[in-house]
Amino acid sequence: MMSALWIATLVTSLVCFILKYIGYSLPDSLLNKPRVQRINSLIPIALLSALVTVQSFGAENSVVIDHRLAGVAVAAVALRFGANFPTMMLLAAVVSAVIYRL
Amino acid sequence: MSLSAAPFDKRVVLRDSLAVAIPVGTYGAAFGAAAIGSGFTVLQTCLLSLLLFSGASQFAVVGVMGAGGSPLSAIATGSLLGLRNGLYGLRMAPVLSLHGIKKIIGAQLTIDESTGVALNQESRGLNASRYGFWATGIGVYFFWNLFTLIGALGAQSIGDPSAWGLDAAVPAAFLGLVWPRLIDTKSKLVGFTAAILALLLIPIAPAGVPIISTALLAIVFGWRK
Repeated sequence: MMSALWIATLVTSLVCFILKYIGYSLPDSLLNKPRVQRINSLIPIALLSALVTVQSFGAENSVVIDHRLAGVAVAAVALRFGANFPTMMLLAAVVSAVIYRL
Repeated sequence: MSLSAAPFDKRVVLRDSLAVAIPVGTYGAAFGAAAIGSGFTVLQTCLLSLLLFSGASQFAVVGVMGAGGSPLSAIATGSLLGLRNGLYGLRMAPVLSLHGIKKIIGAQLTIDESTGVALNQESRGLNASRYGFWATGIGVYFFWNLFTLIGALGAQSIGDPSAWGLDAAVPAAFLGLVWPRLIDTKSKLVGFTAAILALLLIPIAPAGVPIISTALLAIVFGWRK
């Protein structure tokens, strides 16, 4: 029996490898389409922004405001002031843990 | 590529490569911890880094599954985020001209960082560009996988991160990934509207759908210049 987590792990890995591989196997005229490039550069922005929201506010099927939002807000401020990735994540984790304990 | 025969200083390119590979690789610890917090086993977590090897896609898979999404929405979201690696491959193919087993390995190592360093080296010539690609790709692969294991074991030893209130680390990671991409008005607009759309869909759509549906915004905003 394959669990949902195993399916997600193995199938996403396979699909993403195929995507990488076909990049080396296609004619490069595809890349020259500006529309393809524009959409391709916007897709990660849309998905990652949605992931920020869902992971900050989502709880099952409801929107909640809790310690996570405080952590994310601190992360945003840290990024605004040029903090590097590990520092920003550490600050977010610590602030959310502290608020959680209050 | 008229400079292809030009000699280059390997140490300089190697330094550029490691300057990217080491800090990026250490983020693997954050991924390892996030995956364990989302219910993945240490083995699954390490396989995601070894086989998927694309940070944003990996975080998306554990994020969607951790939020209760179906495997299908995790696969779709992770794959859409992996789409850009295919376009990097298209860009890198004439630079690397790979065949056989090297093509398989090179494709697996084609990510934001290896492509970025390789393109930055183009002014130093084709060989420098190739060297930068391999040094960065192999370096990130090594450190990312090492730190994934460290993060996974560390998170496992403290138990569920959300029980400690540490769960803001996951959305913070996504924020850190999207932040450098918000470079102009259009990208900021896409990020903002995607966040709003996802928020509106959380109460009414199955888990995973609020994320994947925002890809439509990328198509709408990217359709015209």
